[in-house]
Amino acid sequence: MPITEIVFYAFSLVLVGAAVAVITSRNPVYSALFLVLAFFSASAIWLLLEVEFLAIILILVYVGAVMVLFLFVIMMLDINLAPLKEGFIRYLPAGIAVAALMALELLAVVWAKGTFNTDAFPVPPPHPEGYSNTKAVGELLFNNYLLAFEAAGVILLVAIIAAIALTLRQRTGAKRQNPALQVRVRRDERVRLVKMDSEPRQGS
Amino acid sequence: MLTLAHFLSLGAILFCLSVAGIFLNRKNVIILLMSIELMLLAVNMNFVAFSRFLGNLDGQVFVFFILTVAAAEAAIGLAILVVLFRNRNTINVAELDDLKG
Repeated sequence: MPITEIVFYAFSLVLVGAAVAVITSRNPVYSALFLVLAFFSASAIWLLLEVEFLAIILILVYVGAVMVLFLFVIMMLDINLAPLKEGFIRYLPAGIAVAALMALELLAVVWAKGTFNTDAFPVPPPHPEGYSNTKAVGELLFNNYLLAFEAAGVILLVAIIAAIALTLRQRTGAKRQNPALQVRVRRDERVRLVKMDSEPRQGS
Repeated sequence: MLTLAHFLSLGAILFCLSVAGIFLNRKNVIILLMSIELMLLAVNMNFVAFSRFLGNLDGQVFVFFILTVAAAEAAIGLAILVVLFRNRNTINVAELDDLKG
């Protein structure tokens, strides 16, 4: 058995095991940490496919940003876990049945009749030395998909603004500045000119 | 010999597991969101495998955009979750029936 197959099966086992742990863990914190493990294993499998750029992006973006956000929210919210687990046993047979049926159908499509065997999709040779996956993806991204790339930037901006706008809270009783009012202030609201007669000199 | 079918099978198994996760944890919004992330990972696995075996890099660009949109979705979803918990003091899906659907 060549080394690539050993690596593939090892990381696939870890990936599937971590996925099972994600959906069955009692504590959401463990689920999030197992999801991190799943992303690392998937990243290793993508490296095996010579998709280096996306493998690194998966770790940087998902493990570094999204999962940290998940963990942050889980730990910040004081969740009562007991009622959230009700129905787990009740739905277990239905869930397993549906998942097994779907898996059976999908695997039948993949393996029966050999639509995806090596005749139709021959194993590609490894890339030559000096080939840069990042460079190739970047050239494609900035030539053919430039508009979509810019749209992705706009989507991220919208996500930032939406997340801030949703979670911004106006507390009552807190003293805060209103910059609009401060800028709009006029002289009359700050300075009062008083007309008065001059006083006679004292003590003469 | 690692064929395309191996990678597609892995994606299919991951997808089914995340569907089972949605069935089993239908009370907990956080684990529902995590199952959706897992589902997207399964789809990305198929994209990457086809991209490699067809020698076409467009699939990798698609995965790039899926990752971007998934990150935005997670950020907004978690923000909604925080607001929900602040207002209702629970994230139990069974108690979120204000719309009476």
